[in-house]
Amino acid sequence: MSGRENGSASAERDTALAAYALRLGDDALVASHRLAELAARGPQLEEDVALANISLDLLGQARSLLTYAGSLEERLTGVLRTEDDLAYLRDEDQFANCRLVELPNTDFAFTVARQFLFSAYQFELYTALAGSADGTLAGIAGKAVKEVAYHRDHASGWTVRLGDGTEESSERMAAALEAAWPYTGELFASDPVFRAVAGAGFGADPPELRPAWDAFVDGVLAEAGLARPEVPPITGPAGMGGRQGVHTEAFGYLLAEMQHLHRSHPGAAW
Amino acid sequence: MTDPGTDEAAHPQDEARQRRFDGMIAADERIEPRDWMPDAYRRTLIRQIAQHAHSEIIGMQPEGNWITRAPSLRRKAVLIAKVQDEAGHGLYLYSAAETLGVGRDELLDLLHQGRQRYSSIFNYPTVTWADVGAIGWLVDGAAITNQVPLCRCSYGPYARAMVRICKEESFHQRQGFDILYTLARGTDGQRRMAQESVDRWYWPSLMMFGPPDSESTHSEQSMAWNIKRFSNDELRQRFVDMIVPQAEALGLTLPDPALAWSAERGHYDFGTPDWDEFMQVLKGNGPCNRQRLEHRRTAHEEGAWVREAARAHAAKSRARERAAA
Repeated sequence: MSGRENGSASAERDTALAAYALRLGDDALVASHRLAELAARGPQLEEDVALANISLDLLGQARSLLTYAGSLEERLTGVLRTEDDLAYLRDEDQFANCRLVELPNTDFAFTVARQFLFSAYQFELYTALAGSADGTLAGIAGKAVKEVAYHRDHASGWTVRLGDGTEESSERMAAALEAAWPYTGELFASDPVFRAVAGAGFGADPPELRPAWDAFVDGVLAEAGLARPEVPPITGPAGMGGRQGVHTEAFGYLLAEMQHLHRSHPGAAW
Repeated sequence: MTDPGTDEAAHPQDEARQRRFDGMIAADERIEPRDWMPDAYRRTLIRQIAQHAHSEIIGMQPEGNWITRAPSLRRKAVLIAKVQDEAGHGLYLYSAAETLGVGRDELLDLLHQGRQRYSSIFNYPTVTWADVGAIGWLVDGAAITNQVPLCRCSYGPYARAMVRICKEESFHQRQGFDILYTLARGTDGQRRMAQESVDRWYWPSLMMFGPPDSESTHSEQSMAWNIKRFSNDELRQRFVDMIVPQAEALGLTLPDPALAWSAERGHYDFGTPDWDEFMQVLKGNGPCNRQRLEHRRTAHEEGAWVREAARAHAAKSRARERAAA
């Protein structure tokens, strides 16, 4: 990432910042997409409304972040990629989202677990970014943190309801958390991009977000009567994961569906 | 609310109540949930509002079908918001029906058992992206033509729900028009996609106003009660008069050789929809009838354990609060 031989500090900063905005944007884009798949499939009408609402908020965040990543990239390369270029014309290995958000909706408990763990992470992330030295990121995060506070409440509410509800719901919720948990390690892994943006005061180094996330998640799990899963994090080949473009098998199908129409009409406007 | 189970003729006060009700209808006043109303009026409204609510939630499927494939992020956001609006419309319409003494669960059961209907238009498939535009322009356009007069319907809660719904529907119609407008000015492939879609949706959208007046079963009484303000044929004419210039603005054609301006009538003449097809779809033999209902039932059944958990948690929470008090 910092290997571009521009030499100037501002180019290095923009390179790291573009990569950072892309990671955050991809997280939001893919999380939004998985929720959007559930349109007209919710357990009750209120959930159809709520899940669509969360999906829309995340899509809004994705659009701001991808647009920003594209504009930073343009400063470096002179070539502009729009939000749609970035969403529709990149291949799987060019997406930098964490793997947690791409995991398929196997049942409502899993959707809740994924969203709970992710929203709790996004909440800490955007809280930190609202004070970013980068004005654009601070602006995006300042708006997003209010949305994510609701997403986190919504998912926490369901985690408690399902954990406390019936024997079946409690078992399903525990199984869902256990399935999603190994992917949370990736949310808090650092690397040179994260360290560069954190060092410049623009972004957060993920390990710093972990204590507050742990405390919040543990509090909700206790209220839900659910144990914190004791499962080790999943690693990737040579330590590579979503941030490095190495995704789960399910992700290729998500992109195939999302991108096929756009790619079938090269250069068309919609 | 009034007692819906009372036999009208048996009640000594009913003549006076009926006179009061008739007077309110004659004066074009609103009937509210606490007002006495004839059983037949209540049943008619429940049937109509339920059908309308069911149409909103079944209508989420054909459009939801394109959310994950929407060709730009802006279109995707607009489509998610639209499908969300439809769920919201379903919610307020089921609430309006509740004011007549029938709960959402009961109405959903009737839908799932195939004992109540939803708009037949949603039994047609959305096979291309342009169908999202055609549904917005034609189907929502026809829905608005039907629904604007319902904002003055004699039953207050329904009329008020319709005011809000019509505002959102007219937004949806403009979005649909905009999708087609963009496609019609796009590549050759996009233009063909738009025209082909309008060709498929034109006739079904004309059928949305129901059978011709000569064959409409519920119309006369509904008009007398100020539930319905215009006949099926009047509304169909109004719709055709609206979409012909819009089609010209789009640069797309409508697949109706009989379409021509009649200076004498001051309206467009148009052809006759295939009413046999309409009846077949109504009977359950349309392209997607089984699929739409099956999808609804599956979502409902798969959600049963979730709803049960929410009820169990609520009961446990109340018990814990009582124990703590």
